[in-house]
Amino acid sequence: MLSASLAFTRRLPGRAFAAACLGAAVLASASVAAQAEPRRPECIAPAQPGGGFDLTCRLTQAALQESGALKNPLRIVYMPGGVGAVAYNTIVAQRPAEGGSIVAFSGGSLLNLAQGKFGRYTVDDVRWLAAVGADYGVAVVRDDSPYQTLDDLMQALRQDPAKVVFGAGGTVGSQDWMKAALTAKAAGVDYKRMRFVAFEGGGEGITALRGNHIQAYMGDAAEAVTTLEGGAPIRILAVFHSERLPGRLADVPTAREQGYDIEWPIIRGFYLGPKVSDADYQWWVEAFEKTMGSEAFARLQAQQGLFPFSLTGPELDAYVKEQVRQYGELARSFGLVN
Amino acid sequence: MNGVLEHLSQGFGVAFTPLNLLVAAIGSFFGTIVGVLPGLGPINGVAMLIPVAFAMNLPPETALILLAAVYVGAEYGGRITSILINVPGEAASVMTTLDGYPLARQGLGSVALSLSAWASFFGSLVAFFGIVIFAPLLARWALAFGPAEYFVLMVFAFCCLTGLLGSEPVKGVLAAMIGLAISTVGVDANSGVYRFAFDSPNLSDGIDFVVVVIALFAISEMLQMLEHVVGGLSVKVPKSGRKLFNFAEFRFTLPSVVRSSLTGFGLGVLPGAGASVASAIAYANEKRITEQRDPDAKFGRGDMRGLTAPESANNASATGSFIPMLTLGVPGSGTTAVMMGALTLYNITPGPVLFDAQPQLVWGLIASLLVANVMLLIMNVPMVRVFASILSVPPWLLVPGIVCVSIIGVYSINATRFDLLLVAGIGLVGYFLRKAHMPMAPLILGVVLGNLMEQNLRRALAISDGDVVILFSSAVSVAFWVLSLGVILLPPLYRRWKKRSLLPEIAE
Repeated sequence: MLSASLAFTRRLPGRAFAAACLGAAVLASASVAAQAEPRRPECIAPAQPGGGFDLTCRLTQAALQESGALKNPLRIVYMPGGVGAVAYNTIVAQRPAEGGSIVAFSGGSLLNLAQGKFGRYTVDDVRWLAAVGADYGVAVVRDDSPYQTLDDLMQALRQDPAKVVFGAGGTVGSQDWMKAALTAKAAGVDYKRMRFVAFEGGGEGITALRGNHIQAYMGDAAEAVTTLEGGAPIRILAVFHSERLPGRLADVPTAREQGYDIEWPIIRGFYLGPKVSDADYQWWVEAFEKTMGSEAFARLQAQQGLFPFSLTGPELDAYVKEQVRQYGELARSFGLVN
Repeated sequence: MNGVLEHLSQGFGVAFTPLNLLVAAIGSFFGTIVGVLPGLGPINGVAMLIPVAFAMNLPPETALILLAAVYVGAEYGGRITSILINVPGEAASVMTTLDGYPLARQGLGSVALSLSAWASFFGSLVAFFGIVIFAPLLARWALAFGPAEYFVLMVFAFCCLTGLLGSEPVKGVLAAMIGLAISTVGVDANSGVYRFAFDSPNLSDGIDFVVVVIALFAISEMLQMLEHVVGGLSVKVPKSGRKLFNFAEFRFTLPSVVRSSLTGFGLGVLPGAGASVASAIAYANEKRITEQRDPDAKFGRGDMRGLTAPESANNASATGSFIPMLTLGVPGSGTTAVMMGALTLYNITPGPVLFDAQPQLVWGLIASLLVANVMLLIMNVPMVRVFASILSVPPWLLVPGIVCVSIIGVYSINATRFDLLLVAGIGLVGYFLRKAHMPMAPLILGVVLGNLMEQNLRRALAISDGDVVILFSSAVSVAFWVLSLGVILLPPLYRRWKKRSLLPEIAE
């Protein structure tokens, strides 16, 4: 998944020169109209190095540089804790007006926000900036599993929910759990009767699947592609999206094609502090719009295993708020919040 | 077998290119430094070098060799401060303090350093041959471990640790309980509920293991040292003339080195265990085995076997953790997880086909592990002299220096001021616990094992819907139950049998 930024960085010398030339040209033409770049631009990845947030920052770092939208290098800063809770609280409470600091978020952060796990702050407390891509939920079984299609799995689940043990890389109430709960719901099985095992990270879950300790693994498409490319004997039963995914998973039918209405997108993007000036906010929106329109961005995005999903400014703001509202309802229906 | 030799010679072909040799040497040295600094462990070292490797345009096998050398180097470096100043340089060296530090106090610091370097080397060597010969087979062993099996393994680890309780078992058990309590803080990995987080996002991920280690070892140790200095107690260490261990010491420790290397390797292969668990189990077992046979054993008071056991085990485990990474695509430790991230940057996905798809990478890495270890062994001989001179640094310079480095290490984990308050608070508590003669090792192990044990138990019960039969249902778990019972029951039985066999002689 990390592939993109690295592949890019490795070829840096030549490309950096090209980017610099391009950047200079663009600046010369645009500098009259455009705002000044925010000072000390940094990307806050609210996790340890190497995870999904880090990837989102690296993708953006490479893309902003390549498109020339950002003149100064984008620094990556790590602020781990609570799937983004620590960063959210820090930005809202202590650094609300820093126009240079964009913070990565994911669908998982929004889900936690909806469940009140980000402390006393809500979705209205930051300025949602841009979504740079999305990943989609998938249902995975062993290659030699008796469940060859999603329907096989659903039938087995209906007959005896105890027979199918779901595993995932997240806790009860996390977006990984939601995928399992929605699958049970689509099969007409009470989510409370579903057997679910939470692992720490996807690697442990896939290993448990391969050791036959669990029967189905609820993961993400990008992760599943990497695992398949590593040669692991797994089978992907369904993609939780409205249409088929491009690339390696093109042969995998969607859940809807198989008669079950399950969709689970996980968007990735950025927000800014609540007191960041409109000028800085607008500058970033334009920088992202310009960058995400380029062909280079599509390539970098695909290398990261992300699927296209671009929204900026007010549209993203509306999308995020709607998403958080829906997540809240979902969480209530599953008894996760009162 | 021929195939293996062929692959290996290909691997050494890769390892012996000038660039890769140079990179291995630089990595080993950098790793040692990172390992020496409290708070910075192999994970930090590897994470720091990933961007450097890419910026320098290194080919994937060279980058991986660099990272692997840092990893192995850190396992060597971690022991140095453990021995000299009772502050573990990284998590897996906690057990090394137990006998390493008393040895240094007795003026055997240099001997302890060189002896543990050799033990580390031997552990890596065993693991190296283990990888070469058994890698694909061992991947299956790792897959056999599900949540239930991991839980029973942790039960076994706790049973082994009863041997560490010593003369004041109640305090030892209390310390372990405190450790277990610390491990429950933060988001519960099963239910997602926050426990003891007091609505603070800083506590929502729990208390980082490094914070606990630094607080209990570095901070409270420094407070104690300060007290001694202020109290006018001498902290002088007798000078030792000898830099190297002698043949008698080599023979004396060899059985413990061999046993612990095998233990460490077996546990390193399991993705859920790791070097800290391996060194703890190896130390406890060694103590148990030798104390039965040798009434002169002085574990905890400067026994050389208590020094070599954890050191060979943690190196064997670190090297062994490459097996699940290379064969299953699953990291065997936190550090290999970061390294896997680096591999995916090169568009290389670790997994079952890696051995066939990228033989020059895999075998080059394996050969380089051996090369890095040889370099580290050679490097450590002159380094002993340099590092041993730490002991002659006056306390007014040493204590603030260690505190500074430790604080930087803690701050580097999460970059929050909250952790600094936490480390000071826990350190102060640790100081009073030490004054009450509470042993620190069971506390630390409670933190490490408690989390693994609880989560795996609950995962297992989630699979079976609360039916405890799952804990006894596989051959692996039954075997570990039997071993656990054996560890608890055999020593008293053995003592009784020995007493009985001695009685007739006394009667005569």
